[in-house]
Amino acid sequence: MSGQWKVAVDRDRCIGSGLCAGTAPDYFALVDKKSTPLRDLVDPDESVSDAADCCPVEAILVTDPTTGDTIAPV
Amino acid sequence: MSTGSEVMEARTYPFGDPDRLNLNPLYEQLRRTEPLTRVRLPYGEEAWLATRYDDVRLILGDARFSRAASVGRDEPRTHPHQGESGMLAMDPPEHTRLRKLIAKAFTARRVETLRPRTQEIANQLLDDMERHGSPADLVEHFATPLPVTVICELLGVPFADRDRFQLWSEAIISTTSLTPQQIMEYLGNLHAYIAGLIAQRRVQETDDLLGAMVKARDEDEDRLTEAELVQLSAGLLAAGHETTVTQLPNFVYVLLTNPDRLAELRADPSLIPAAVDELMRYVPLGTAAAFARYATEDIMVGDVLVRAGEPVLGALASANRDDKVFDHPDELDFHRESNPHLGFGHGPHHCVGAQLARMELQVALHALITRFPNLELAVAESELPWKKGMLVRGLQELPVRW
Repeated sequence: MSGQWKVAVDRDRCIGSGLCAGTAPDYFALVDKKSTPLRDLVDPDESVSDAADCCPVEAILVTDPTTGDTIAPV
Repeated sequence: MSTGSEVMEARTYPFGDPDRLNLNPLYEQLRRTEPLTRVRLPYGEEAWLATRYDDVRLILGDARFSRAASVGRDEPRTHPHQGESGMLAMDPPEHTRLRKLIAKAFTARRVETLRPRTQEIANQLLDDMERHGSPADLVEHFATPLPVTVICELLGVPFADRDRFQLWSEAIISTTSLTPQQIMEYLGNLHAYIAGLIAQRRVQETDDLLGAMVKARDEDEDRLTEAELVQLSAGLLAAGHETTVTQLPNFVYVLLTNPDRLAELRADPSLIPAAVDELMRYVPLGTAAAFARYATEDIMVGDVLVRAGEPVLGALASANRDDKVFDHPDELDFHRESNPHLGFGHGPHHCVGAQLARMELQVALHALITRFPNLELAVAESELPWKKGMLVRGLQELPVRW
């Protein structure tokens, strides 16, 4: 399906603050103290881009899988 | 499993007056023998105090521990007045609604764009300090104006007003240095001042952070109430400089009293970013653990059962000295392979300005040690005046010569 978002977490950069899992619990969980996307491709949802914008170390990247353009963080 | 809160005798907390930047040795003992202990603070209800790294991380990061649940409770605290509400009294996702409005201004990428201007300000201040001549007070000439100028330019607050808002900002980090009446008065003044700047932006738009927040509020009133807009802006102005203003002299003090480490930085300035994070770990900025997290259900913390509704304080400075996580934790070491310190906190309330603070501290240390190869204390260490009655440890003055 087109129009989906790709969600990735840089586990080297992640400090496991849990901010994403608190902001978007349907999309992120902490596994071994690091953030992990529950699904790599998701339907657009503001809570996902909010989580990417709020991550204190910018470890979350949300992109358009067809173009590769960054959706968040902005 | 432990006994629980009913039977353990509460210790008086904080453990005595802060002694410069030294951490009370009781923390180390507690980490070993009683990682969760009962404490009674000068004000508010009894609480648990967590001292181990893993436990502090758990209470700060686990969604079963809440700040929102502190509202309406008699929070354990060192000062008579109950703190301001605002972001620190919210949990995600409600907290995210406010945090995302400002987080974008503090990303690593945005902060990097401020680095050249920060370097310029630092160099100008050091020019002025050189003209003033040796000795000089580093707090007055460098450590205060640098972060204040940066946050003013970022937010869009006139630097010329600094004497007023710096005085009022003290209300946010005071414990007993101000009376509750003064704190109310200063906060009122600070909020009125910010409200004035907001009103100006409704007449004429600006491209600073304050302007962006006003726009966010006016485009969609559900995102931010007027009171939140004022409180958030005032909080950014105060927290945006008080912390770095205090921490920079602390760092310089540590370096001047650890000449080997200072020499190491001089020999290899590429160590400065690692040094800033190590100093964040090493320097116990807070005078006491604060902002208790309330358990929303029964939770095991280590071997102790914390019951739903009980508050737990996390001792960041103690967690940062936990030898299960940091080798030789009481030594300043700029070569640590990983440094997952909690100096900026952890979890949803992790310092939103952490990248800005890092950048400012890196720029400041680099400029200072490059400019003055022979920098040293201008008075005996024992004569340095330390602040009292604040949430943070810091120097009133740091006289240096070069």
